[in-house]
Amino acid sequence: MKNTPFTQKHIALGAKMAEFAGYNMPISYSGINDEHATVRNNAGIFDVSHMGEFILKGENALDLIQRVTSNDASKLTNGKAQYSCLPNNEGGIVDDLLVYCIEENKTYMLVVNASNIEKDWNWISAHNTKAVEMHNISDKTCLLAIQGPNATKILQPLTEIDILNMKYYTFAKGNFAGVDNVLISATGYTGAGGVEIYFEDKDDAAEKIWNAIFEIGTPQGLKPIGLGARDTLRLEMGFCLYGNDIDDTTSPLEAGLGWITKFTKDFTSKSIFEKQKAEGVSKKLVGFEMMERGIPRHDYLIKDAAGNVIGKVTSGTQAPSLGKAIGLGYATTAHAVLDTEIFVEIRNNAVKAKVVKFPFE
Amino acid sequence: MSFPSNLRYTKDHEWISLNGNVATVGITDFAQHELGDIVYVDISTVGKALNAEEVFGTVEAVKTVSDLFLPVAGTITEVNPLLEKQPELVNNDPYGDGWMIRLTVNNPADVEGLLDAAGYQSLVG
Repeated sequence: MKNTPFTQKHIALGAKMAEFAGYNMPISYSGINDEHATVRNNAGIFDVSHMGEFILKGENALDLIQRVTSNDASKLTNGKAQYSCLPNNEGGIVDDLLVYCIEENKTYMLVVNASNIEKDWNWISAHNTKAVEMHNISDKTCLLAIQGPNATKILQPLTEIDILNMKYYTFAKGNFAGVDNVLISATGYTGAGGVEIYFEDKDDAAEKIWNAIFEIGTPQGLKPIGLGARDTLRLEMGFCLYGNDIDDTTSPLEAGLGWITKFTKDFTSKSIFEKQKAEGVSKKLVGFEMMERGIPRHDYLIKDAAGNVIGKVTSGTQAPSLGKAIGLGYATTAHAVLDTEIFVEIRNNAVKAKVVKFPFE
Repeated sequence: MSFPSNLRYTKDHEWISLNGNVATVGITDFAQHELGDIVYVDISTVGKALNAEEVFGTVEAVKTVSDLFLPVAGTITEVNPLLEKQPELVNNDPYGDGWMIRLTVNNPADVEGLLDAAGYQSLVG
């Protein structure tokens, strides 16, 4: 099991630790509900250094990104990032990712899921027919997400970069807490606002930045947050988690990711997606809330009123901010309609639920 | 972590207290701590006669679902009504207001055969 530069910090803080994607990661500290509320209402810090980062460089870097991803990266200018996915040849998804434009037409950073680092690297490498310079900087790159409505206000004194006014999905590089060359990005997967900061693990940078954030943040109520609350936060927003809600067999159009599937360029499985767009898909990812007592969980069956199986739950939880049980799952297109009554099979009981819109409320 | 000496325990992390042939059952302080924030206790076995180690219900934390096992054979007579609205009582007071069920035990002597506080503590220690 691998450690991040912060593993000992988590253990010292009393975190409940568990293996995730080969890393020893904090699952929770004070409790998932408390951590969730901290991020929604104030600010929390996540160590997500397990995630993968690739640098793609050279005159053909954009061409390669355009061919392997579904979103249109040619729209990116310096300092902008976009959410995208890597389709496979069968119209499924290799991974979802962020594409950062460091220098237009020259240098890009791709940020991928920890569990898929090797798979993504091999996939992109196999498509690298025009000698794009590729670097896997995952092991030496630290990533901290500081999320919540007060996150940028708390961190602003640590940097000259104007993070208070940084627009969503933009980023800048500069000095942070005395460490140079830190990439600060107005992104995150919680829907609570805040930033993510990327930096190289050298010369005590990890120690310096972690300590500086806690020194300034702790008196203002900033707390460390584990992967448990990260999951409930993203689920309340209806954000997909790779391996649960999307995978090698689901199409971006089925997953509600049509907005990152752009037909303005050529890319893997484009013709499959064009056909799906024209003819419609047979199943769709929906959000639902439970109308009766019960909590939906991954792989529970979704049924119609007559008891026919119409799909499967992909994610579910008791939503800490909302006080009700919610889930994501695939349902046949006929049932994937707002306000449709569906049933989740929980321990052999059909428990009533209703299709709702995102984000959950 | 507390292990009251007046209770008996199972390796599945339930506790049981016996008064005549009526027993009260819950999950241990260790179990609630391992599970984290408990959000739902689902027990629909009231009136049922079950054997020892049969599942009498389910406890759900934010991220996990765990079965609840009956420590000794008996008939379930009551579910803690407070847990419907306040499942967090299992976290806050596992041996008190966070109790889960009452049952009429078939054979009170069965309880004696379970782990005592020291035995359970060494199991989870």
